[in-house]
Amino acid sequence: MTESARTTGSHGTAKGNEAIALQDVTFRWPRSPSPVLDIAALQVDRGERVFVAGPSGSGKTTLLNLLAGVTVPKSGRVEILGQTTSAMSGAKRDRFRADHIGLIFQLFNLIPYLSVIENVVLPCHFAKSRREKACQRSGSTEAEALRLLGHLELDDPSVLKRSVTELSVGQQQRVAAARALIGEPEIAIADEPTSSLDADLREAFVKLLFAECDRQKTTLVFVSHDRSLATLFDRAISLPDINRAGN
Amino acid sequence: MFVLTLALKSLKNRSFTVGLTVLSIALSVTLLLGVERIRRETKESFTNSISDTELIVGGRSGAIQLLLYSVFRIGSATNNISWESARDIAALPEVEWTIPISLGDSHQGYRVMGTTTDYFEYFRYGRDRALAFDRGEEFDDVFDAVLGAEVAFALGYELDDEIIIAHGAGQVNLVEHADKPFRIVGILRPTGTPVDRTVHVSLEGIEAIHIDWRDGAPPIPGLEISADRARRMRLRPQQVTAVLVGLESRISTFTVQRSVNEYPEEALLAIIPGVALQELWTLMGVAERSLLAVSGLVVLVGLSGMLTALLTSLNERRREMAILRSVGARPLHIFTAIVGEAGVVTVMGVVTGIAMLYGSLFVARPIIADRLGLYLEIGGISRYEWVLIGAICVAGVGIGFIPGYRSYRYSLADGMTIRV
Repeated sequence: MTESARTTGSHGTAKGNEAIALQDVTFRWPRSPSPVLDIAALQVDRGERVFVAGPSGSGKTTLLNLLAGVTVPKSGRVEILGQTTSAMSGAKRDRFRADHIGLIFQLFNLIPYLSVIENVVLPCHFAKSRREKACQRSGSTEAEALRLLGHLELDDPSVLKRSVTELSVGQQQRVAAARALIGEPEIAIADEPTSSLDADLREAFVKLLFAECDRQKTTLVFVSHDRSLATLFDRAISLPDINRAGN
Repeated sequence: MFVLTLALKSLKNRSFTVGLTVLSIALSVTLLLGVERIRRETKESFTNSISDTELIVGGRSGAIQLLLYSVFRIGSATNNISWESARDIAALPEVEWTIPISLGDSHQGYRVMGTTTDYFEYFRYGRDRALAFDRGEEFDDVFDAVLGAEVAFALGYELDDEIIIAHGAGQVNLVEHADKPFRIVGILRPTGTPVDRTVHVSLEGIEAIHIDWRDGAPPIPGLEISADRARRMRLRPQQVTAVLVGLESRISTFTVQRSVNEYPEEALLAIIPGVALQELWTLMGVAERSLLAVSGLVVLVGLSGMLTALLTSLNERRREMAILRSVGARPLHIFTAIVGEAGVVTVMGVVTGIAMLYGSLFVARPIIADRLGLYLEIGGISRYEWVLIGAICVAGVGIGFIPGYRSYRYSLADGMTIRV
């Protein structure tokens, strides 16, 4: 690891240039005596591309749920883009996520009964800000979807016409990436997005993702157990190293 | 609204299973509305077993009893009325026509009714429907008979067949008027009323078969009178069982009823059949309500089928919901989508059900009219039916709240965790 988490230990978090700031965060499942996650501090700067390495069982899913605001910590603070999401109500966190965060999962990212374009523009239906940004950029959400798919080398009309279930896994993941990035969310979180891809496709996918994140100045948190990709990132964090719970 | 569009697309994606659910709801809707239609028509047909007859006059007894034997051929009269009384009633200035009827004999369990040819001209049932002949014509000779549709169908009679009339009502051990057979000259079309189960002969015929009887006992051997002799005797009826009365104007109904009830020479009773029929129908209200309850239960089964389909699909679709959550859908959106789905399925089921109802009405109407004499009106949807339809739609959406709430809980608990 080049550098583990920058731990400040202080309560004063830097204002403005941090996309993500975790402070003394612990999380425990109900009826479970010990926490699954206990992180003293974790910061990610705006525009930074961070690789989070963690084997399964290291609290990865919990960390992602906390970052995305699906769950709130038992104690401590989660600040995203300067706002304390850990203090928000569920509905407010939902809205915050819709507006500011794009997500990519390992598998089955797409809704089977929607077309490629319909899948990509999904977030624009739930977040006005992202719809407006997409329209500002390309005139319409569909045009913006096509533009993003083009950047991800997926604008072949024959591909677009296919049902999403007929796409290869690599193609599906690129559609998911386009969806995560439409409407320029400030943060993109990818959970093992390359695990189902062949080795030679992984790097290509990551590079395409980087290019688009750079263009939009999107902060990228990339979680994977495949450390071979870590060197491509600005910074790599080992989750077992910063998670004081377990192990 | 976007989530509803999403719900529609999701339904389209599962069109086969959704189609089955829609079909089961449609069938239950068809059944409910069909039962309601038949119930209404049966009531209509029952309370119109006799129509355009303002009064029924019989010997003094109970109103229901008089109605039962004069219209439904159930039970028997305790008192007959004399032919003179019948003539006097017919002569009243307010009276337009009268149909005297004479009951008491039967054939193979079917009642035999003596009457006049005025019966075929003036008798009305249903919504002003007159009797019509399927084959043959009115009786003319003393020993002619006209059969109701069911009698002819059930016993397999044709024109010119001969039948023997038995003395009294019932099916066993009756003394038969075997010496005076009747010839079938006409068969009526089905009416859906007791007319179908009646053998009609002339009053003179009734008189003829009893001419040689004394005090309700068969003739003493040696004193029999042959059919031919009876025919030549120019018989006149002595008594009738009841008289159906049609008035010039309905307004005088109560006046005539009073004057009949106060007839000085004989104890008579005049009833208004419409009122008595309504009274009788309320006695059958239990059967009517239970019929409706059964079809209500069928709708419940249809809707719980939808509930099952929704709940089972829910588990398969947790992934779909997690994806929606990850792209910003709130739990309330998921809830709305599921409830919307239930609503769409219900409405599609109801619309299909109504279409199936009308389709089957068109197909079944001639068969029902032919077999049962029940003439189904194919009208628009009544207000009551709209209430039923509305209730089904509300129930469908209401039932959607169960899977809706479950998916709401799921989406809160699962968050964006993709369960494979």
